[in-house]
Amino acid sequence: MESRFAALVGREAPPRVYEVERGHIRRFAEAVGDDDPIFLDEEAAKKAGHPRIPAQHTFATALRANDPREGVDIDWRKLLHGEQEFSYQRPIYAGDRLTVTGRIAEAYVKEGKAGAMDFLVTETRATDENGQLVFTARSTAVIKR
Amino acid sequence: MKPGDVIGPLEKPPITKKQLVMYTGASGDFNPIHYDHQFATGGGYPTVIVHGMLSMAFFGQLLSHFRVKRIATRFKAVTYPGDVVTVWGEVVSVAENSAEIKLTAKTQAGTVTLEGSATVEIG
Repeated sequence: MESRFAALVGREAPPRVYEVERGHIRRFAEAVGDDDPIFLDEEAAKKAGHPRIPAQHTFATALRANDPREGVDIDWRKLLHGEQEFSYQRPIYAGDRLTVTGRIAEAYVKEGKAGAMDFLVTETRATDENGQLVFTARSTAVIKR
Repeated sequence: MKPGDVIGPLEKPPITKKQLVMYTGASGDFNPIHYDHQFATGGGYPTVIVHGMLSMAFFGQLLSHFRVKRIATRFKAVTYPGDVVTVWGEVVSVAENSAEIKLTAKTQAGTVTLEGSATVEIG
């Protein structure tokens, strides 16, 4: 069965730029309850081998891209977060200036126990000031019919 | 590090509604299902639900001392405020410069909420 979202694959939202702030890294770690001092203290970060304060391993989620699904006919109450993946070329550090761009990467339909479900994969790529890729995030939304 | 080695477990304190509000602000995920009781019950849930991404962040905490090249998860079941989440990892395979780790999260009731994996640098 073809996905009703098939024509949207490749659709990209306008890029967004983030200056990664120490305070944001700290607040994220506090919310998680991750008390590792590397997220607070530059000396502790350096002792652990980092050039600057790093962000928690899932912090990439906080650098949200403009949503390429904006305006798409989706019943958001029927949408579930099915899967998430982050691939890092390097850690995110305080002081980074990252450009994030979201794109609809895949759309497919799967038959499940509860009937057919739509899967919509959004991919976010973040590049630094040198144009180097820092991370790729893939988020799979499952939409019940 | 060798296949079969266990990382953790890390047992987190009970998740509070305050923590959900903190995580909402820090992550930028403003879906009201995580802080608006009426919205959540309207969607058929008994109360607000925990961000799946918060549990995934516990995987991140578990791997704090590793350089993570890739971290991924599937969300298997919903977590609620008051739940005690435990996460742990098991080394699946080891290559020259990296290791593959299988990750699991479960609640105090024994429900597996997340099944994940990570690739970390070693050596």
